[in-house]
Amino acid sequence: MTRNGGSIRIDEARCTGDMACMRVCPTEAIRVRGGKARLLESRCIDCGECIRVCRPRAVSPVTNSFAELSRFDYRVALASPVIYGQFGPAASPERILAALEKAGFDCAVDSTQTCEAVSAAIGHYLRTSGGPRPLISCFCPTVLRLIEVRYPELIELVIPIESPKEILAREVRKAKARDLNLPEDRIGIIYLTPCPGKMLDVLERPGRRRSNVNGAIAISDIYRTVRSLLPIARGSGGGRPQISAVGLTWATLGGQTAFLPPEHRLEVAGLRNVERILTDIEMGKLRDVEYVELHTCPDGCVSGSLLVENPYVARGRILEIIGRLGPQPRERELAEFCEKGEYLADRNLSAQAPGALDLDVGRAISKIRRLEDIQQLVPNINCGACGAPSCTAFAEDVVREEAHLNDCVFMALSQLRAKHNQVVDVVREAKG
Amino acid sequence: MNGGTFRREFEVTGGDFYNAGRVSTEIKEILRQIGIAAPKIRRIAIAAYEAEMNIVMYARSGMVILQVTPEIVRLDVSDVGPGIENIELAMQEGYSTASEEMRALGFGAGMGLPNIKKNADRFEIRSEVGKGTTLEIEVNL
Ligand SMILES: Nc1ncnc2c1ncn2[C@@H]1O[C@H](COP(=O)(O)OP(=O)(O)O)[C@@H](O)[C@H]1O
Ligand code: SF4
Ligand SMILES: [Mg+2]
Repeated sequence: MTRNGGSIRIDEARCTGDMACMRVCPTEAIRVRGGKARLLESRCIDCGECIRVCRPRAVSPVTNSFAELSRFDYRVALASPVIYGQFGPAASPERILAALEKAGFDCAVDSTQTCEAVSAAIGHYLRTSGGPRPLISCFCPTVLRLIEVRYPELIELVIPIESPKEILAREVRKAKARDLNLPEDRIGIIYLTPCPGKMLDVLERPGRRRSNVNGAIAISDIYRTVRSLLPIARGSGGGRPQISAVGLTWATLGGQTAFLPPEHRLEVAGLRNVERILTDIEMGKLRDVEYVELHTCPDGCVSGSLLVENPYVARGRILEIIGRLGPQPRERELAEFCEKGEYLADRNLSAQAPGALDLDVGRAISKIRRLEDIQQLVPNINCGACGAPSCTAFAEDVVREEAHLNDCVFMALSQLRAKHNQVVDVVREAKG
Repeated sequence: MNGGTFRREFEVTGGDFYNAGRVSTEIKEILRQIGIAAPKIRRIAIAAYEAEMNIVMYARSGMVILQVTPEIVRLDVSDVGPGIENIELAMQEGYSTASEEMRALGFGAGMGLPNIKKNADRFEIRSEVGKGTTLEIEVNL
């Protein structure tokens, strides 16, 4: 199945064909053909690993630019909690929001309180709904893609809760339209994203519900501007709601599970670890666990691929801010939010089968047998010279008729040898 | 099961908890490549996993044979081991002879065989005490 536009773009002119992206891609979605990297979109899960490793900077996320925002009358920046870890100890959250407003946004909105409300909603949903367990978190778009392409059996376990950015965008749009007396569509709500996955989350795509967010800008793209404006941005800026400690934890691990007892929850980060946990859930293990919080980045969102600060430094900074926050009694507010039940959302995930060798089971069976034969032929040393990340991936490409057996240098060589020997034999015969 | 059959054999070693689950993961991967629908894969994967675990937990060694046609997925599981004395009892939900040690590892809920039966369209179990156990598991496509 194909997707209409992924989150990642490869600039052919810059690509040197060095295969770094191909080797790092966890779903084997990249091939190097004719010296240029190519993305197989149906397999891409938008994890951004290729962006991280590309030296010539040929791989980049498809994000919006600041210039595109001029089409709106009023521009709102939604700050993901991770942004507070990016600018070192001198930059308080209030100051970072103020710098964003100096950078050209009419208003910068903190999202930590909404994140906390969603944590409460998770607890509320688990208490009030039956059905199979564990439920799986739905806030890392890369995890959701991974589930669609690799673990479609688990779609029914994905918790149907709306993401903080959608809830907040909905509220902010209503409030601003009312206060400023503007039509809702004149207000541009822009999410500052730590990763290509969340970028893609807000893009309009067929078959997906429409996002309340109008666009996304990579935090790495606004980093320098914000940094340069911090010294002249005034931090105190009265009237901003307090930062929520639980909400801030969404930048690291355990934010979503803040209101769940430890014995009922798991927090897992890093793609390989996520895959292991999903495999366990698939086999019917972990039935005692109520909820698993999953992040494909190695340390949660502070290690997103579109961030600048070292993730460990960023996490330290987030913890430091949390440590300074006083007590935050919000039980009443949170309970009201949960009771309203407006946090529910259908994620519209659809099982996809990019792994299937053929749409027809009978033909797929013939192909998988052919695949086994080819696997016997190739040297299984994963040299990559054919442009596929492993001999197994290459064998699959051959079966799918996307590569030719002779693209493997070893296959070509042995054919050449066979031909050579034939020639030698012919010459010998002629001489004899 | 003729012409268009895919067949693959997997060996399972008793007591090898480190590798436990690999066979069922591999089976799942193959079914994905063949393009079996997700809910069926889930049922087969659960059955395969429980069968594999029972060999790991109770038997000396065993074998899983996977066969796939456009109509059916079939698992033949056989082991060399102690066998099961009272099959009726073993099939009851919650019945388990797992050791304390295994329970500490999170096994021994006594749901394995019942879950296999629940997920299969056809299930047969045979066992000879002192020799071993065989399972036939089928899921219709
Ligand atoms: N392959 C086997 N060999 C010997 N005994 C077995 C085998 N499979 C199951 N049993 C017996 O049947 C019981 C129930 O098995 P099962 O339903 O899988 O639950 P559990 O594995 O949690 O004990 C086991 O405790 C064991 O006594
Ligand atoms: S862990 Fe966070 S930053 Fe990383 S891909 Fe998932 S949502 Fe994006
Ligand atoms: Mg068992």
